[in-house]
Amino acid sequence: MKAAVIVFPGSNCDRDMAHALQDFTDVKTVDLIPHTAESVDRYDAIFLPGGFSYGDYLRSGAIARFAPVMESVVSEAKKGKTVVGICNGFQILLEAGLLPGAMKRNTNLKYICRTVNVKVENSGTRFTSDYEEGEVLRIPIAHGDGNYECDEQTYETLKMNHRIVFSYESDVNGSTGRIAGITNEAGNVLGMMPHPERAMETLLGSEDGRGLFTSVYHHWRDTHVVTT
Amino acid sequence: MSLQLEPTAEEIQSQRLYTDMGVKDHEYKRIVQLIGRKPNYTEIGLFSVLWSEHCSYKHSKPLLKQFPSSGTHILQGPGEGAGVVDIGDDQAVVFKVESHNHPSAVEPYQGAATGVGGILRDVFSMGARPIALLNSLRFGPLATPHVRYLFEEVVAGISGYGNCVGVPTIGGEVQFDETYAGNPLVNAMCVGLIEQKHLQKGIAAGVGNTVMYVGAPTGRDGIHGATFASEELNESSAEKRPSVQVGDPFTEKRVLEACLELVKSDALVGIQDMGAAGLTSSAAEMASKEGSGIDMNLDVVPQREKGMTPYEMMLSESQERMLLVVQKGREKEMEAICQKWDIESAVIGTVKEDQQLTLEFQGQVVADVPVTALTDEAPVYDVPSEEPFSYQEHQQLPTWRPKRKDHNATLLELLERPTIASKEWVYDQYDHMVQTNTLVMPGSDSAVLRIRGTKKALAMTMDGNSRYIALDPYIGGKIAVAEAARNIVCSGAEPLALTDCLNYGSPEQPNIYWQLEQSTAGMSQACNTFETPVVSGNVSLYNETNGEAIHPTPIVGMVGLVKDLEHVTTQHFKQAGDYIYVIGEAESAWGGSELQLLEDGEISGKVPHMDLDLEEKRQQQVLGAIRDGLIQSAHDISEGGLAVAVAECVMDTEFGAAMTMENNAAELFSETQSRYVISVAPEHAQELEQAIPDARRYGTVTEEKALSIKTREEQTLILQPTDTLTHVWKGAIPCLVRSKV
Repeated sequence: MKAAVIVFPGSNCDRDMAHALQDFTDVKTVDLIPHTAESVDRYDAIFLPGGFSYGDYLRSGAIARFAPVMESVVSEAKKGKTVVGICNGFQILLEAGLLPGAMKRNTNLKYICRTVNVKVENSGTRFTSDYEEGEVLRIPIAHGDGNYECDEQTYETLKMNHRIVFSYESDVNGSTGRIAGITNEAGNVLGMMPHPERAMETLLGSEDGRGLFTSVYHHWRDTHVVTT
Repeated sequence: MSLQLEPTAEEIQSQRLYTDMGVKDHEYKRIVQLIGRKPNYTEIGLFSVLWSEHCSYKHSKPLLKQFPSSGTHILQGPGEGAGVVDIGDDQAVVFKVESHNHPSAVEPYQGAATGVGGILRDVFSMGARPIALLNSLRFGPLATPHVRYLFEEVVAGISGYGNCVGVPTIGGEVQFDETYAGNPLVNAMCVGLIEQKHLQKGIAAGVGNTVMYVGAPTGRDGIHGATFASEELNESSAEKRPSVQVGDPFTEKRVLEACLELVKSDALVGIQDMGAAGLTSSAAEMASKEGSGIDMNLDVVPQREKGMTPYEMMLSESQERMLLVVQKGREKEMEAICQKWDIESAVIGTVKEDQQLTLEFQGQVVADVPVTALTDEAPVYDVPSEEPFSYQEHQQLPTWRPKRKDHNATLLELLERPTIASKEWVYDQYDHMVQTNTLVMPGSDSAVLRIRGTKKALAMTMDGNSRYIALDPYIGGKIAVAEAARNIVCSGAEPLALTDCLNYGSPEQPNIYWQLEQSTAGMSQACNTFETPVVSGNVSLYNETNGEAIHPTPIVGMVGLVKDLEHVTTQHFKQAGDYIYVIGEAESAWGGSELQLLEDGEISGKVPHMDLDLEEKRQQQVLGAIRDGLIQSAHDISEGGLAVAVAECVMDTEFGAAMTMENNAAELFSETQSRYVISVAPEHAQELEQAIPDARRYGTVTEEKALSIKTREEQTLILQPTDTLTHVWKGAIPCLVRSKV
């Protein structure tokens, strides 16, 4: 499997994401791809990392979605390729229209960096198959704009179609339905605010984030590698 | 003001316009002598900022020289962007602390944010990747809306800048005291990691080489910031808000990445941050260090605003700018790297042989002054020093004794004191995990970061208890360094070196100069004992509001090396059944203690004793026992004494503690120095007692989640559920911040 980690100007979790993929999964190739790249079609999975793309100056993710590379990210997503946006990456996917809803400031109007309990709501996705449904993970959050908002109808649709993949066990930032991560309708695009790439080693406090990366890898292996 | 409207050299002299820039009459005369004529407006501007206390250390230089600054492991002492210490494997750790007190007093968000930006650049200008930020903050009591505003905005500014740049803010400390009500302190420290071969210097070497400007364009912000930082604050200080710069962390992030790429090129000769006094100081200092001169064409300096004069360009403190010296003919390589990161660069000058800083603008020479006159010839004052009456008064007071008898209530009240209370409200706003190396998060004695690809880790802390120093600057100075070293040791690391930030009132007051003199002497002695040289630092004087100086507040930022990840230790208890030991006996010494302040509302008398040799011996013993795997948790006993320390060991754990001791306030709350509370697995008890003969067993870590302290006669001194302790300790600051009164 070949993975691309997109580096926007202002991304700052790009290296952490690359380490997570390189050091803890069997993914063969992990490339850091600049925002100016024209195409990412040679990759099997595309990761949009956390950070402050373009300083988050206008609105989180609002400028990054116009970065040259995004055209290819959107078309690959529409072709069904695996796309993961974490934190700022999630915000960019929302702005790009690949996922529904929007982000508001956290209800306390402050940046929050803390390890929280995140519940796996749906283990039947390509991002969560290595978890148990209902499993509670210890994963850090680190964001100022993580208060997920959508209209009632969208929320009902997300719920009905099991597209709410992760939720916060307690209300940390005001998100509608305590939503921490959702997929698109086709199930190949995931956006989540918590940082699984920060939860890869017990040495650093938790390794509960590994399952996300291994799930993505196992999904690729199961659909691409022919075994006899 | 356009060039034509600027005052002439004659007017500057006859109307003493230089005094508005902070230049004294005799300093002006000296400048005239040095350059052999009357300086024009741009030139007097250059002198005024470079001769300010902030840039020249004219009142503190003789004192700074007494600090030990070298050692076998020191690769770079004071004088460059930051100090550099060898940590083996061809790696080095690079660090420095800097103050941004004055700007934060008038514009807290930007003041604090740009303090972070400046210290980051000091570190990456050495070629190192910043891996950690720390900060030491001082505010008045959170009792007025203005102080709460300062507190909230300073924290927001640090968070806004550091989080965006992607460098974890992993530690520091916050204290609250009336003395800082009008003059908060914001000291920011940055730690970087570098492969030694990439180490850079800020030098303008090689006649004919090119001077390049890299980063954000220059605007009119921050003009005379260094001068402002060298004055006392008063009612009209708010008018100085325009001299506070505005930070742009997004640009900083790109400048950082570009610089870390630039330093890998052999075309780069020298690099320095444009910090205080901007283009003036970076150009003059780079030339001065090499004994060269620089010709600069100001027409090509990237500018954000129209019609800027040479004076404005040279004195601007616009952020996120670097000055480079590059091998002639290889400018394009540098430009290409800048373009990749989408930042501006411009060739603005040349290194020359004659030691003049020569500035051209619109075809005219607008300044031509000897580099050495700006830097080396800056005045150094031998200031009179006088012991204040209050010192002897305090020394002669009868020994203070606490009056409280209800220890249970006293403990809760101490835990609620903002200086002792949990700072979670603060560090929750800092991204302390980005870069995924943080092993020990904020909230223990030191923060610890692993060094990827090795089994080593770095421990870091910032400390400085000004109450001791206010009563006794000499002993207080020793304590400041000792406590930092103790915090490093508690985390399993060996103290390597330190950076210091000296925050004081006006050195022109003999009593304040005495504080400076005494406390730095105490610090130096401690540095010598622990073999922790001072590798970098910063001096912030004139911290006064309407004539009232702050407590003398030297802040120590220390870095230690953990040789093996196995040694990393935190203050939290780990296992029920472990024995709790206290190292060192409590004495009835209360001057400057938290309990005294709680009871009296003020501090008085003699401070705790500091025996540096004993301190050093215990540090070695504790570190040795940690390395031998004998210690499960270690915490130093500081503000609030043993009762507070042991409460901090149980909070955020699943345990409690049962201890036995004398019914004696000193045992519970005294701040006697060189003491620790540690926990030890029973099977290691005997070995531990041999390794640390001063360790006394006080109790056991319990499964029952409560702190219980009794006398031998079973009289309860303290009994509190862990949850209550945690609730009080964590609730205090959020509650004060929410206050509407």
